Amino acid sequence: MSEVAAPFEGLSLDCRGMKCPRPIIEIARRISEVPLGDVVELLADDPAAGPDLAAWCRMRGQTLVTADPPRFLVRRES
Amino acid sequence: MVDPVSEVFLDSSSGEPMLPDARQAWLDAQQAGWGDPARLHRPGRLAAQALDQAREVVAAAIGARPDEVVFTASAAHSNHAAIAGLALGRRRAGSHVVTTAIDHSSVLAAARAAGSHTAVEVDREGHVDLQRWTDAVGTAGTAAACMQVANHEVGTLQPFLEAAEICQRADVPLVLDASAALGRIELANASGWSVLTGWAGAFGGPASVGILVIKKNARWRAPYPTDDYQGGRWPGVPDVPAIYAGAVALDCWLRAGPTIGKHQRQLIDQLRAGIAKHVPDVDVAGDPVRRAPHLLTFSVLYVDGETLTLELDKAGVAVASGSACSASSEHPSHVLAAMGALTHGNVRIGLTWTTTEAEIDRFLAVLPPIVAGIRATVGAS
Repeated sequence: MSEVAAPFEGLSLDCRGMKCPRPIIEIARRISEVPLGDVVELLADDPAAGPDLAAWCRMRGQTLVTADPPRFLVRRES
Repeated sequence: MVDPVSEVFLDSSSGEPMLPDARQAWLDAQQAGWGDPARLHRPGRLAAQALDQAREVVAAAIGARPDEVVFTASAAHSNHAAIAGLALGRRRAGSHVVTTAIDHSSVLAAARAAGSHTAVEVDREGHVDLQRWTDAVGTAGTAAACMQVANHEVGTLQPFLEAAEICQRADVPLVLDASAALGRIELANASGWSVLTGWAGAFGGPASVGILVIKKNARWRAPYPTDDYQGGRWPGVPDVPAIYAGAVALDCWLRAGPTIGKHQRQLIDQLRAGIAKHVPDVDVAGDPVRRAPHLLTFSVLYVDGETLTLELDKAGVAVASGSACSASSEHPSHVLAAMGALTHGNVRIGLTWTTTEAEIDRFLAVLPPIVAGIRATVGAS
């Protein structure tokens, strides 16, 4: 029996079909909606999303917890 | 006709406008050196002389012998021939090819085509890890390795002399891709490589001239049918006027390069400082010190590379971009991705022989309001 991932409990942003930098703009706008230390889910299938999300986290002091395209988890640190 | 040159042209990495001396040399060679260099008649002999002179200029620049110099049709052709030829010559050893993760796409394609391919990781500034390089080159079945002198997008210099020594100890022939470095980085005393590649378009010569230098003792075999031209290493009648013009362009750099390189180095330093000061949220890539003098790459957060390139063009500044779409590709620059640099909003700058401080000031004046305008449009700040 295959495991079915439970729907993400916290803030989830479905940016599938969007080209970069749109998914990065979306998470930048919305991440302040969650408290510090909480995790945001980003779904993005643009080939640039992986490298760009990692670079955004580095530039903005956030933590990329999981990078498993198209699913990414980012912890709000600032 | 509209002047096809932007007011400020900062895209020499895609090809530098032809140097005036090179253009004149091309015209002169069209008059006197247009013959088939394999023929015994006077036009043929004149062409052969011009071809010999071109080989001497290239050979002197890289510490090779003139008869080791071959001219191809582009940098990509040279890289393909270099890697496929060593893989063929060394096929008994195996079909594994080692490159860095940020080599030119033509190198990566040739490495994949040869058999198995290891792309050695680089750090945030683009330097290859020499321990990983040693491990990769030491893998059983390695036919050849390839490394750039300087990266074509971010300018970072690789530790190519050390890498060449490692290859020699492992008895693996090295292709040195000098495309972004020829005429700009001292290579006359560089040793340890088996095949060296370059491109005249990168230093103000014709885009149709690739450089392929094959050391006499290299285990290289032509991976395509050949004929009597260029010692059986590249087929077809050479375009002698274009080759001659390319050699004159290289000669210009060898004479004036140190002075112009120093000036370019200062201009790039000014750009790095100015961009960081005037544009918030910018990721400037590459080694700030150990680099080719004329290249700079940076990425602007929340901005689309295509829009940025087009807006800069409207403002009279021509630049390239390694972002997806703008590079006529669905995928962003593999160089930026491998370095962990931001790939969207990318601007790739290559200074030319004539770039002035006033042009850099102009770029630094138009960039911040363009970035602010695009960010306002997409609701990002």
